[in-house]
Amino acid sequence: MTKEHANWSPYDNNGGTCVAIAGADYCVIAADTRMSTGYSILTRDYSKISKLADKSFMASSGFQADVKALQKVLSSRHLIYQHQHNKQMSCPAMAQLLSNTLYYKRFFPYYAFNVLGGLDSEGKGCVFTYDAVGSYERVGYSAQGSGATLITPFLDNQLKSPSPLLLPAKDAVTPLSEAEAVDLVKTCFSSATERDIYTGDSVEIIILNANGVRRETEQLRKD
Amino acid sequence: MSSEGMDGPKLGFSFDLYSRNDMLTKKGLKPPGYLKTGTTIVGLIFKDGVILGADTRATAGPIVADKNCEKIHYMAPNIYCCGAGTAADTEAVTDNISSQLKLHRYHTGRESRVVTALTLLKSHLFRYQGHVSAALVLGGVDVTGPHLHTIYPHGSTDTLPFATMGSGSLAAMAIFESEYREGLTRDEGVNLVTKAICSGIFNDLGSGSNVDICVIEKGKKEYLRNHLTPNPRTYISSKGYAFSKKTEVLLTKITPLKELVDVVQVGGDAMEE
Repeated sequence: MTKEHANWSPYDNNGGTCVAIAGADYCVIAADTRMSTGYSILTRDYSKISKLADKSFMASSGFQADVKALQKVLSSRHLIYQHQHNKQMSCPAMAQLLSNTLYYKRFFPYYAFNVLGGLDSEGKGCVFTYDAVGSYERVGYSAQGSGATLITPFLDNQLKSPSPLLLPAKDAVTPLSEAEAVDLVKTCFSSATERDIYTGDSVEIIILNANGVRRETEQLRKD
Repeated sequence: MSSEGMDGPKLGFSFDLYSRNDMLTKKGLKPPGYLKTGTTIVGLIFKDGVILGADTRATAGPIVADKNCEKIHYMAPNIYCCGAGTAADTEAVTDNISSQLKLHRYHTGRESRVVTALTLLKSHLFRYQGHVSAALVLGGVDVTGPHLHTIYPHGSTDTLPFATMGSGSLAAMAIFESEYREGLTRDEGVNLVTKAICSGIFNDLGSGSNVDICVIEKGKKEYLRNHLTPNPRTYISSKGYAFSKKTEVLLTKITPLKELVDVVQVGGDAMEE
């Protein structure tokens, strides 16, 4: 018996790629600004990065309507936290909140592929990577979205990620300087743009460190 | 959320406007077919001949397989053909008919005619009932004058003053419909074709990279490969990147085979029974 299939889907994929790299005292979060549907471009100038707290930024690719809804739920929960605890949420706390929020909709998921980047309570960079239903892990760097398969092997090679199979477990933080990490991210995006049709237009880069937040934009191929 | 034509039994609640669809089918309207994938190809007739244009991106799903491929194929010294659809199909069908045309030239002692190429291509595609997924824009100048045709995968053809095919065809046709007129000069024609292909390159995700042009006039042709390259690489790191020459060795374990296999010497010639 073949199963009946719906001829309408509530989801769409708006494409795009997100990357985050954690440093000893900084964190870089980046995402391209192209929003597409099928073979068409909806806009060349859409931000996929949202500030969840002073030290937590989330970059999400996938279905942007679900991403927007998710961002709203998280910022609303953060506001309540601030009222109840009289302080901002730490990045690891936000990471857990995001995981719980995603799993809450386990049977009608947010079609969002997230990467959370920020500074932990010690001021060290932290990156958390998620799947659509909330499984997460703290890592030294991560890529999500349509260009992730192109970028991840390059980052693995350049950042020599310690394999989780090797013991003792090695630190998940990159030995790169902040400027080198930003250069690496720009290279990642310009390379992914060459080969992925859904990535391009421009890349928005957020750099978080002890001095505050900095925002950079780099133009990408628009074809 | 892509819209498709008839594809198998309709399951689940149908939101179709049944009476409207029935009425339209009775009036002769066919349900919309599948969009061709990943290309913008165009052709137009100008004062002295034909100009063909194409983008240079070849895709395999969402990945760019070739950033600078050639989509304008040689058919005869005076006839060229742009191809959209499955790359292997467009390559094979144009090569095949190009050979047939050459043999025909030897046989007749005359320059090939565009209608000959047209008939050979459409017969081939019809015979394969649409399984050869090639959508072509055929153009050339022969003794009868300049000609431009479009050929669809099932074998139907159109004869047009300007034409576009591929996933970027709508973007390119928007330009043509706004700015085409009869009796364009060579430069005006080249500029218009470039504009139409650029429209496909920048607005269609299946098309990209560079613009290829081919101008065919009576007695001469100009193949302008990469006539425009509006998509250079945006960021090249000044410091460059280092890649270690070897693959990292994680573990070395050597097991001498003698330990596993017992080598027994049998008396006499080993080959004898």
